[in-house]
Amino acid sequence: MPSAFCETLMTTPRPAFTRREFLGSSLTLASASLAVPAFLQGTALGMHEMLHGLSSAPGIPDDRILVVVQLGGGNDGLNTVVPFGMNQYYRARPGINIPEKEVLTLSGSDGIGIHPAMTGFKDLFDNSLAAIVQGVGYPNPNRSHFKSMDIWQTADTTATGDGWLGRYFDAECCGYGKGESGTATKSPKGHIDKEPNDKAGGPSPKAQTSDSPGIAIGRSAPLAMQGRQIKPISFESADLFRWAGQDIHQSLKDPYNQIARREPVPGEVPSDSNAAFLMRTSLDAQVSSELIRKAVAMRPTTQFPAGQLGSQLAMVSSMIRAGLKTRVYYVTHGSFDTHSGQGGQQGRHANLLREFASSVKAFYDEMKAQGNTDRVMTLAFSEFGRRVSQNASQGTDHGTAAPMFLFGPMVKPGIHGDHPSLQDLDDGDLKYKIDFRSVYASVLDDWMKADSKAILEGSYRGVSVVKKA
Amino acid sequence: MTTQPTSPATTDKDTPRPGKASASMTAIRPERFGYEQARHLLWRAGFGGTPAQIQTLAAWGPERSVDYLLDYDKVNADPIKGDLFDRDIMSPLSQEDREAYRKAQRAQDEDALAKFRAERQNRERSDRAQMTEIQKWWLKRMIETPRPLEEKMTLFWHGILATNYRTIENSYHMYLQNQMLRRNAVGNFGTMLFELIRDPAMIKYLDNDESRKNRPNENLAREIMELFALGVGNYTEKDIKEGARALTGYTFRDDDFFYDQQNHDNGEKSILGKKAPLDGDGFVKAILETRACSAYIARRVYTFFVAELPPMERLPDRDLDPTTRTVLSSLSGTLLAGKYDLKPMLRKLFLSEHFYDQRFMGDQIKSPVVLVVGAMRSLNTPVRDLGILNDALDLMGQNIFFPPSVKGWEGGRSWINTSTLFVRQNILTFLLTGKKPVGYDATADSTKYDPSGLLSEFAKADPSASTDPGRVVDYMMKLTLGRTPPSAKETLANFARSRGGAITPDVMTALLLIITTMPEYQLC
Repeated sequence: MPSAFCETLMTTPRPAFTRREFLGSSLTLASASLAVPAFLQGTALGMHEMLHGLSSAPGIPDDRILVVVQLGGGNDGLNTVVPFGMNQYYRARPGINIPEKEVLTLSGSDGIGIHPAMTGFKDLFDNSLAAIVQGVGYPNPNRSHFKSMDIWQTADTTATGDGWLGRYFDAECCGYGKGESGTATKSPKGHIDKEPNDKAGGPSPKAQTSDSPGIAIGRSAPLAMQGRQIKPISFESADLFRWAGQDIHQSLKDPYNQIARREPVPGEVPSDSNAAFLMRTSLDAQVSSELIRKAVAMRPTTQFPAGQLGSQLAMVSSMIRAGLKTRVYYVTHGSFDTHSGQGGQQGRHANLLREFASSVKAFYDEMKAQGNTDRVMTLAFSEFGRRVSQNASQGTDHGTAAPMFLFGPMVKPGIHGDHPSLQDLDDGDLKYKIDFRSVYASVLDDWMKADSKAILEGSYRGVSVVKKA
Repeated sequence: MTTQPTSPATTDKDTPRPGKASASMTAIRPERFGYEQARHLLWRAGFGGTPAQIQTLAAWGPERSVDYLLDYDKVNADPIKGDLFDRDIMSPLSQEDREAYRKAQRAQDEDALAKFRAERQNRERSDRAQMTEIQKWWLKRMIETPRPLEEKMTLFWHGILATNYRTIENSYHMYLQNQMLRRNAVGNFGTMLFELIRDPAMIKYLDNDESRKNRPNENLAREIMELFALGVGNYTEKDIKEGARALTGYTFRDDDFFYDQQNHDNGEKSILGKKAPLDGDGFVKAILETRACSAYIARRVYTFFVAELPPMERLPDRDLDPTTRTVLSSLSGTLLAGKYDLKPMLRKLFLSEHFYDQRFMGDQIKSPVVLVVGAMRSLNTPVRDLGILNDALDLMGQNIFFPPSVKGWEGGRSWINTSTLFVRQNILTFLLTGKKPVGYDATADSTKYDPSGLLSEFAKADPSASTDPGRVVDYMMKLTLGRTPPSAKETLANFARSRGGAITPDVMTALLLIITTMPEYQLC
């Protein structure tokens, strides 16, 4: 056993924890900081409630984690999962196609394979740790990056409401259905209306806990993670995750802590004001800072590829190893917006795909070394695919349907659905076969053990991507 | 000029805090314009003010203050010189070089090709370095300008007509665009749109240089309609397709707009109900003739200067509460009546009672640029290392000249999360003390900040108050936060007393260190 592995054992005191230990986490939370405000304990109880309704399916661990990889900018699905058996593919893309002999073939597939830069993906696929869902999209596709990304993140074709994962958090903790906070404004009627139930006894809008149910790595937290009540934690680098001013003079520490940990006083600070929002965020920042910095300071035991996605997934792996109770991690990769000079088997798009495949592969290697593989499922999506025909600048313009990817031992491995036809097109674009919300539904129901019908406000089961253990 | 120094404590306007915002677009009465209102105007229409500046505007009253800020061309400022930056770094290859390159390609002369590639990489490296210099140049200009509204409006337009250097890879074109935005900052929006479709950086960013007569690229037409001038729901996909045809041939050569007649589609188009063989100008005119355009700009202006509204597609004007609807329609009406001149609309807004409503004062989240530039301007800190400040802007989510997308910055609460909050605290600590953020060499910037000037106005009004820790804290909080949250006030006053009670510059700096970490300091 390499010594790095021993270190893992040393620094990971708990194996995949059982539900009882998870309940005990409120104690961990309370001791995390000397002055944990009362509401944090309340939220820890919320986590307790959150797990209470879970039924334990054999083979599926209770402390499941979902990692979402957002491939931003519109990934060219046709050059990722390559339909080398279709002549139309080569005709539509004389300058940027992947020659048949270069495509990495996948067992059990006929006429399709993956981009040659994705050797890490093939490795996972060959070991039954990866799935491709083909031709994923939604009705009346929108070709605006922002609109389509919002549609994917809200799981709503009008792109309104909270994020789909935020709604999952809300549903688990507070019993909400689909909300409106995704608009980042205070109330659905605009800023003039005040929320009437300011102090109506319901769960106060406190949201984050030191072990947030959602952590997004990056500058800003994605809409997908924004619930009405539960907001994710997000950060880009752990070193910057504290106030350095307290090192200047010892006497600054106490006043700083007192002031940074204030709670908005009702009547003095309206709860829907930006001031109240900032005070809540400030308090969350203090409590989270300590826990997360400790977690991320632990280096992974395995090697991650250079690049942003690799380092983001390395951080996620450290937080998983440290035993944070976080249920969903969110990372981003791209931009995949290859309007010009996209390249074929090499070049810009190839580099993006290589980084994607090798980073996810490294992440699962690390999960294996930690003994956490069974706990982690990964889902990768992009807001749309690209048009079938290349454009005049050796690139591709915004399109519609594209493949989604899932990873982990509890994923039903292999290829789901058929490749969209390259003949039966909608004004030059692929027709989708599988609604992306049916993939969300399968993950929510079968992996997260949630009620997808309530969260997605509709029945979207059309595909089953999680093993029934 | 002499102004009567007034203590903020005595000029609080006892405006009631109504449940609904005032709909009144009538001008604020001079007697209702005091310290708080002057401070508000300086932050929103600029980057905050020093105590002396606040007092000056308070004494001037609303009309003179707004005119002073708005008619900034009467104020002398550094002219922008064309030769400040190198325009040739990314110039196209000369005829001679192009031929040599093609020859090398044909002959598969790997050595020669490698030389070309290396030379190209060198130029790209120099250009990225120049881009950083241009970022610092703009940042410095914002810090030092005597015309704060000019820079604030340039920043406003940069966030709407957003262009990212990463796609352009030509720093000089970004510099030219910045000048275009500044030239039109409070000018005429129509003029700006006509210039925009001729702007090399924008043409490149939205691929119009790749647009061909027989294969129009829709990007520029789409974003002008969706994000620059109309908003979702006010055009059809067909308008975009036809708009793209109208814009064919609008490209650039080197640093200049070039109308490529060969590639322009002369055919008839139908855009927003206008049918003619429209060109790019015809496309812009069709947009300017809609009602939606002035409404869209009014809403963007309102969101930037007054209070956030959800995007139009989520909450159309017609579904807003009556107050906001009235205000927006007054603004768009003024814009339209002035044939898209921006000044009358801004003037009306800055003078309106609505603008100074208690609900809005101090409830806007400072953008990273406003936070940093505002701290330097209002507290008069040393400028320090512009490179570090520029990096911090990036970490806080506002890398100028690199907006995250053509949608610009989302603004508002999206600036704030647990991590950007720490970056905000740490960059203020750097400004006040010279202690560099993690990741830079550990030696602090030794320029010492002298905060004593902040107290001089206060001391002028009441010498005895300036030695009383409680009253000094009260004054400092009104200046920096525009409010005095009781629990924090007590903590700070106790801190000052525990340091011996004398208000030395060090105690002042320490107080500011803590105040600037406060959630409330993120607001203006």
